[in-house]
Amino acid sequence: MAVPAQSLQPQARATRAQTRSLKGQRRTSGLVVNGALILICVLWIVPALGVFITSFRNSEDIFRTGWWTVFPHQAYTKVSEIKLDPSVDTTAPIQVEGITSTFEELRNGVVLPDGRKLVWFGNRRTRLIEVFGQGWQGFDTNLTLENYQNVLTGREIRFKDGQGNEIMRKGNDLSGAFLNSIAVAVPSTIIPILIAAFAAYGFAWLNFPGRKFLFTIVVALLVVPLQIALVPILQDYTRLNLNGTFLAIWLAHTGFGLPLAIYLLFNYMSQLPRDLLESAFIDGASNFTIFTRLILPLSIPALASFAIFQFLWVWNDYLVALVFLGDKTRVVTSALAAIVGEKGQDWHLLTAGAFISMLLPLAVFFALQRYFVRGLLAGSVKG
Amino acid sequence: MISQEAKGGGGILTWLTINASRILVSLFVPVITFLVLWQGFIFLRDSQASQIVLILVAIVWGVGGVAALYLLANWMVEQLPREWTRRLQPFVFIGPGIAILGWFLAIPVIRTLLLSFQDATSTTFIGLANYAFALTDRVMLEAFRNNLLWMIFGTFFCVALGLLIAVLADRSRFETIYKAIIFMPMAISFVGAGVIWKFVYTYKGEGSGIAEIGLLNAIVLALGGQSQPWLTQPPWNNFFLIVIMVWLQTGFAMVVISSAIKGIPAELLEAARVDGASEVRMFFGIIIPTIQGTLLTVTTTILIFSLKLFDIVRVMTGGNNGTNVIANEFYIQRFTYGNPGTASAIAIILLIAVIPIMIYNLRQFRERRAF
Repeated sequence: MAVPAQSLQPQARATRAQTRSLKGQRRTSGLVVNGALILICVLWIVPALGVFITSFRNSEDIFRTGWWTVFPHQAYTKVSEIKLDPSVDTTAPIQVEGITSTFEELRNGVVLPDGRKLVWFGNRRTRLIEVFGQGWQGFDTNLTLENYQNVLTGREIRFKDGQGNEIMRKGNDLSGAFLNSIAVAVPSTIIPILIAAFAAYGFAWLNFPGRKFLFTIVVALLVVPLQIALVPILQDYTRLNLNGTFLAIWLAHTGFGLPLAIYLLFNYMSQLPRDLLESAFIDGASNFTIFTRLILPLSIPALASFAIFQFLWVWNDYLVALVFLGDKTRVVTSALAAIVGEKGQDWHLLTAGAFISMLLPLAVFFALQRYFVRGLLAGSVKG
Repeated sequence: MISQEAKGGGGILTWLTINASRILVSLFVPVITFLVLWQGFIFLRDSQASQIVLILVAIVWGVGGVAALYLLANWMVEQLPREWTRRLQPFVFIGPGIAILGWFLAIPVIRTLLLSFQDATSTTFIGLANYAFALTDRVMLEAFRNNLLWMIFGTFFCVALGLLIAVLADRSRFETIYKAIIFMPMAISFVGAGVIWKFVYTYKGEGSGIAEIGLLNAIVLALGGQSQPWLTQPPWNNFFLIVIMVWLQTGFAMVVISSAIKGIPAELLEAARVDGASEVRMFFGIIIPTIQGTLLTVTTTILIFSLKLFDIVRVMTGGNNGTNVIANEFYIQRFTYGNPGTASAIAIILLIAVIPIMIYNLRQFRERRAF
């Protein structure tokens, strides 16, 4: 016993030394790795952060300064004014504060050697020069929830534009759109799951003629672009007088989501242990009982994966809602797109609206990320 | 018991007489169910009730209705002799799914194909004229070019960045935080992402006293450049739109690739490390070859995605200023010009473009012998 242990010792020491050097190597590369990742993450967050911050700023401020000015920064603030003597010729270079510059230069702003800045106020006849000093400005605490109120309501709203003029206009009723989105998304998630779960059970555990052929079609339909369906389905809906109804969009989302749903659930259900089902059969359970009592509860992870997938997809969908619901019943995406289209520069409404539209999917996403990722990995090709 | 006897010899007729009351119930229950569902449908279609009431009714009616139909169909099938139950029950399970797939995806392929040979009123056949338009019109050619840009650059940057982040994050202690941040845009709608980036690109114009409130222009100004209307200058505006897709979809590529990297046996990497392989060599020699199947899947998924891309272009530019894409032109042809013929031809072209992937999927599926 002792001999082999001794002979192993030097080797062990060598490996330990090696791991130590590896670790040292990793620590230096760790800085590079983390640095690169932090840089990428900052690039990823900043655009969204801008919208988030802007949604809480006063409309007047939004049009006047960038959102980053809410953070402490150096800025020019007006410290004094210089009124020029009427005798000064404003068409010639002007001597002021120890420098000489023309009216045009002054109008664009001239920086003095000591860091102060001179800016001509208004037109040539004002003879007024404003002096700005550089100083630190702290966090902007002038924040408000007014943008959220304004974008949620469907009633008249008032806000101020960049020049301080008050503007009145009809609200965008995003709260109504939010409710519509729920009314669209909840059944559009549950109905395909229900139908797909039945179908997946049928394909996985029941025998019938045409089983293989039909499932091949399901697989083929996985990647069919839904544009294929829009024109004929719209014809059908017009004939059935279904256009603009919730039923129309539920059916459409069900149809477009079914291939992936059946495919995912089939993959999961067909992997369930055979003996489990056989013993249930021997106990005299019917297919329906086995399905509802045994298979459905066992398939909850797969059902959850698809549910999150489909919910996010439906909530974020714009094309299907645009085509089948139209402008009368707006969901959050189409309401938001309408604000972009009508008044593309209303950043106070757009940013608040964008954030509202993201609230629910982000909450669902972070709460159930595990299932979502599993769904992604199981099959991510959707038509 | 009874149904077994019936199956044995007496046939359907004796079974019918014995079960007259049962038959009556069997007719009565479905009729009641359909009446209730129909009333719900009429209520939802024509009602002026308050939104919340409508939504609650809609959810209960929609979800409950589907469940009720399954229960009913199954109940009816189970009333039949056992042999018939066995034969028909599979169709209770798969029937509704197949019917909806047929209505919404399978049959539309044929109907759209037929429509694509017809004129704007969908009444007269005009041969291949719609395809001639779709493949030669200047607007369409521009859309094809742009889709190609999306597919090449969008896909490349999504996959490359996803791979880079996945490999880097694998070596960091804060992996989950980084990945959650990169993955987050997956939860956001394209319209929402459009607003986020429109704000980044916003442009106010030149003149004294105007402060740019868009981040990109502010950065350009701070670096001493000139502010630009980024979204109106072809062909570069396409790339500014592609950035949005990269922002949205890199998370997807990263998550899928990351899980594949996690699947590489640790001993393999450790052995290479002990042998003194450099990190770069390990990346190209071990990691890439091991996960190439995953890379292919991710690439095709994002390719299909960029082929069908619609929302971003619709919201950001409406397809103006040389940013049009196929899916947007489909929408314009159908809904702005009201021409189902050309729109159908465009849809068929989209379908043809994904057929290779469809065949690949089917072949993969057959190889796995899941059946």
